[in-house]
Amino acid sequence: MDNKLQVSECKDLLALLRYEQEKAGYIDEQFIEQTAQSMGLSIGEVYGVATFYHFLSTMPLGRYVIRVCKSIPCYLKSSQLVVETVRAKLGIAPGETTLDGRFSLQLTNCIGACDQAPAMLLNHDLHGNLTPDKIAQILEACP
Amino acid sequence: MPEKRIVLKNCHVIDPRDINTYLEQDGFKALTLALGMTPEAVIAEVKASGLRGRGGAGFPCGLKWELARKAPGDVKYLICNADEGEVGTFKDRYILQNDPFTLIEALAIAAHAIGTKQAFIYLRLEYHYLLDGLVHAIDQVKANGSLAHLDIKICEGAGAYICGEESALMDSIEGKRGEARFRPPFPPSKGLWGKPTIINNVETLMNIPAILLNGAQWFRQIGTDKSKGTKVFSVSGDVDRPGVCEFILGSRLDEIVVDWAHARDIKMVQLGGAAGGIVPFSMIETPLAFESILGSGAVTAFDKSRDTLDLVSRTVEFLAEESCGKCTPCREGTEVMLEILGRLASGDGQQEDIQTLEELSNVMALSSLCGLGQAASIPVSDTLKYFRNDYETRIKQSVFLRSLRGQQWQ
Repeated sequence: MDNKLQVSECKDLLALLRYEQEKAGYIDEQFIEQTAQSMGLSIGEVYGVATFYHFLSTMPLGRYVIRVCKSIPCYLKSSQLVVETVRAKLGIAPGETTLDGRFSLQLTNCIGACDQAPAMLLNHDLHGNLTPDKIAQILEACP
Repeated sequence: MPEKRIVLKNCHVIDPRDINTYLEQDGFKALTLALGMTPEAVIAEVKASGLRGRGGAGFPCGLKWELARKAPGDVKYLICNADEGEVGTFKDRYILQNDPFTLIEALAIAAHAIGTKQAFIYLRLEYHYLLDGLVHAIDQVKANGSLAHLDIKICEGAGAYICGEESALMDSIEGKRGEARFRPPFPPSKGLWGKPTIINNVETLMNIPAILLNGAQWFRQIGTDKSKGTKVFSVSGDVDRPGVCEFILGSRLDEIVVDWAHARDIKMVQLGGAAGGIVPFSMIETPLAFESILGSGAVTAFDKSRDTLDLVSRTVEFLAEESCGKCTPCREGTEVMLEILGRLASGDGQQEDIQTLEELSNVMALSSLCGLGQAASIPVSDTLKYFRNDYETRIKQSVFLRSLRGQQWQ
């Protein structure tokens, strides 16, 4: 693997996948195939990178991805309540996307906001000290 | 020992979006000083200060720089590790938010010392909201003319705890899966794209300008014999006042958890996150230093209402999810540990579980490729040491529960 992934090529691979993730909301099989072909890599190598990182997805995600932190500092401050509130509001469980393609709900490991626990990321925005009311407001503000 | 601000001295003093407020606080004076010195003299000063890496491992910073300086080759790289993924750690986020300029100045000094024109800041994608502020700060420093000798690129991750491990981090910058590498060769001789590379934690670098301005002797007077300077702690969990604080190394744990953060009814404290150790309340006066226990500076307090096995199984769940999967002891070991701890936590333990956990811990600590797998055994072995009764009680309860259900085995 090491000798195949040349400097400039592989530097572009993760960046390329991240760009596609931002643009299309996920990385589909066709994109993986095309990228592998154009970069002279095997499909497995590209798929390997696409499935390694938590922020890359090979399944379609909603326009808004909610990542609720489940690590211990947030867990101690009732992160389960955050998950339950989102689930009740949107009708989706962790790992699911709403039928209208607006929201995806995911559980994530520590996002470094333990001083504001419980916390979540909505796309790239951090929301901390969450309460059911605050979560409702945040979700309603999403067009 | 008291609080002391070296790393955080500019936080909430300067405006992180305005370089002029940084210049008023002696900004870039250390860089001017360093550029007037030979790289060897800068390295000698850092070596003499006794500064050790703040990411968790505590490797002497000056020695690392010297190794990279002496490594043959014209192309070398400098990386700032801002992939703060350790559970309960948020100090680097606080630093990047409040004082990006000191970090940039430190990178400029380090680049001069090791002889490189290219630095990277590897920023975790979870901190994407810090990117604009950081870019803005770099642009201002460039406009100020202080980055003539250095290009700083910000390289974002894509969500992976293991990428905070230095060799996995380099793989990630290279665009690959972030998997730990076999060592040797170590990064100062063969790192990013095979070139000599220095990787320093955000907090380690933050000490550099102060060391050059005040001198190594000044820095050496702070702290203990083997741990010089201060440490920034991220305090969270069952405390009234979570947040970031900076104490002189060698300060007692209770000074931080009880006096500073106002924790009550403490059962135990997890130090250094998922890969760190566990300190029971009876040892709350433990001094925090490299020679005792320190880690990344994550301090997570648990009160008496918390269940030991629940916390340990959640910690190991984290490590199992974040294992890169390259080496077998870590990939399989964390999964098996999680299976055992999961059934203990849910009241379905078996007699031999403690022995199996102990054996597994030993194997993983000895044979894992990187710190993740080696450290995965620590939360288990520490709680087995201090809260063994909790494990034994749970197994007894499990046997009792099974007898109620009419299951005769074990």
